[in-house]
Amino acid sequence: MSAVEAVAVDARAAGSAAVPALSVEGVSHAFGSRQVLDDVSFSLAPGEFTLLLGLNGAGKTTLFSLITRLYYSASGTIGVYGHDIRREPLKALALIGVVFQQPTLDLDLTVEQNLFYHASLHGMSRRAARPRIEEELARAELADRRHDKVRQLSGGQRRRVELVRALVHDPKLLLLDEPTVGLDVQSRRFLLEHVRGLCAERGAGVLWATHLVDEAAPDSRIVLLRRGRVAAAAPAAELHRQSEHRDLATALDAMLREAAA
Amino acid sequence: MIRLAQYGRCLAGVIRREALRWLHQTGRFVSALVRPLVWLLIFAAGFHFVLGVSIIPPYETYIPYEVYIAPGLCAMIQLFNGMTSSLSIVYDREMGSMRLLMVSPFPRGFLLSAKLFAGVAVGIVQVYLFLAIAWFWDIAPPPLGYLAVLPALVLSGLMLGALGLVLSSVISQLENFASVMNFVIFPMFFASSALYPLWRVREASLTVYWTSQLNPFTHATELIRFALYGRLNALSLLVVAAYTVLFWIVAVWAYDPGRGLAVRRPVAE
Repeated sequence: MSAVEAVAVDARAAGSAAVPALSVEGVSHAFGSRQVLDDVSFSLAPGEFTLLLGLNGAGKTTLFSLITRLYYSASGTIGVYGHDIRREPLKALALIGVVFQQPTLDLDLTVEQNLFYHASLHGMSRRAARPRIEEELARAELADRRHDKVRQLSGGQRRRVELVRALVHDPKLLLLDEPTVGLDVQSRRFLLEHVRGLCAERGAGVLWATHLVDEAAPDSRIVLLRRGRVAAAAPAAELHRQSEHRDLATALDAMLREAAA
Repeated sequence: MIRLAQYGRCLAGVIRREALRWLHQTGRFVSALVRPLVWLLIFAAGFHFVLGVSIIPPYETYIPYEVYIAPGLCAMIQLFNGMTSSLSIVYDREMGSMRLLMVSPFPRGFLLSAKLFAGVAVGIVQVYLFLAIAWFWDIAPPPLGYLAVLPALVLSGLMLGALGLVLSSVISQLENFASVMNFVIFPMFFASSALYPLWRVREASLTVYWTSQLNPFTHATELIRFALYGRLNALSLLVVAAYTVLFWIVAVWAYDPGRGLAVRRPVAE
C-alpha cells in the first residue's frame, strides 16, 4: 500500500467515526412563499463520493448556495468538518472547493491568470500557487494550454479548468453543481473519473449534484432530493436492491419520476 | 486565522483581475477615453463663446469653457466607471463569477471593498490618461494639482463605486443598462455643477439649483475641481465622505448573507 493510499484509508476510517466532511441538519429555505428546501438532513464522510440526485428545481442549487454561504438558510445548520457555516464561515469556506453550475471563468484571461486569481482569493502567494496549479493542470491533461485564453478552449476543457481551479487551494470538501451539463460523453467520463480518483486518493469528501442517473456508480452514496425533501439517502447498490429494476440507472430514474408524479 | 499578508494577496489579485479585464476589453477601454474627449473637444468647443464663465473659485482669472468642464469630465469618467463595474457585477452574478468571489474565505465586507478598490484604481488610471490628453488642449492645471487631485479622485471614486455596488444589488437583469443611463447617469451628470456653474443654474431654476446642491455628483466634481487647482473644498469633502459611508453601509447590507437582497431572490436553478 502506498503512502497516499494509506493516508486515504486513514482519512476514511477517521472520517466515518469522527467529524463529517459535510453535515446538513434540518435545513429549510423558502423564497417568499415558495418552499425550496424542507427539513433537509444528510452527512458526508471524508473520502466519500456522494451524488446529490434531483430533477431540475428540486433545490440542489439552493442547497449549494447555502453550503457556500451565498445566503443563510431560514432554519437548520450546516457544518464543514465541524465548522458551522454561520458561526465560523471563514474556516468552513477555506476547506471548500466549488465548481458552479454556470461557467465562471473570465474568457478573455488565460487559463493561468484565471487560476492565479482564484489562488489569490484564498490568500495564496503566487509562489505557493504556481506548483499547485502546475500539478493540477497536469493531472487534468491541460498543462500545455496554460497560456491560452479560456475563450479558445472547448466546453469540456473549460470545465476541467474550473475543476482545477476548485482544487488549487487543496480543499477537503469538493462541491460540484451539475458539472457535466452540456458536455460530450468523453468529457463527462473524464470529469467523473477524475473526481472519483481524487476522492479515493486524497480522502476529500465530494458532493456531486446532478439529474443524470447514469453518473451513479454502485459504490456511490446517493442523496435523492425531491421537491426540496430528502427522499432517500443510501449507497446506490442498496437503493438498487430495494427496487425491482434490473439496472441501477433505471431504478434511480424511477425513484426520481416517482417524485414528479 | 487569516493573516494580513493574505488580505494583501487577495486585494492584489482582485485588482490585477480588474486591470486585466479592463485591458482586454478594448471597447470599454476606448469608449472610456473617447466619451470625455467628445465632450471636451466637441461640446465644449461649441459652447466656447456661448457660455462665458466669470471668475469663481478656485479659478483666479477668466477661463475658457473647456477648462471649466474638465473636472466634471474627470468625475464623469469615474461615474461611468463606477456604473460599468457595478453592471459587470450584475453580469458577474448572472455568469456566476460574483459567486466565485463570495465563496472566498475572506469576510464579505473585505471582498466587497477589494472589488470597490479595484474599480477605483482602474478609474483613476483612466482619469489621468484623460488629463494627459487634455493637457494638449490647454487644460493645464498647476503641476502640483495633478498630485493633489489623487486623494480627491480616490474618495469620489469610492463614493461612485459604492453607489454602483448598491445599484448592482438592486438591478437584477443585464438589460437594465439603459435604465441606469436614464435614471442614474444622466440626471446625476446634468443636475450638477459639471457643465455649468451653479450660480447660473440658480438664476434659471431654484429647484434644479437645490437638486444639484444635494446631488453627490456635484460635490465629487467640486472636490476634484478644487483639488486640481491645489485647493480644498471642505463642504464637498464632507458631503462626499458622508455619501460614501452611506452608500457603503447600504451595499454591505444588501450583500449580507443573512439580511440582504440575496435572501429574497433565488439563484436560477
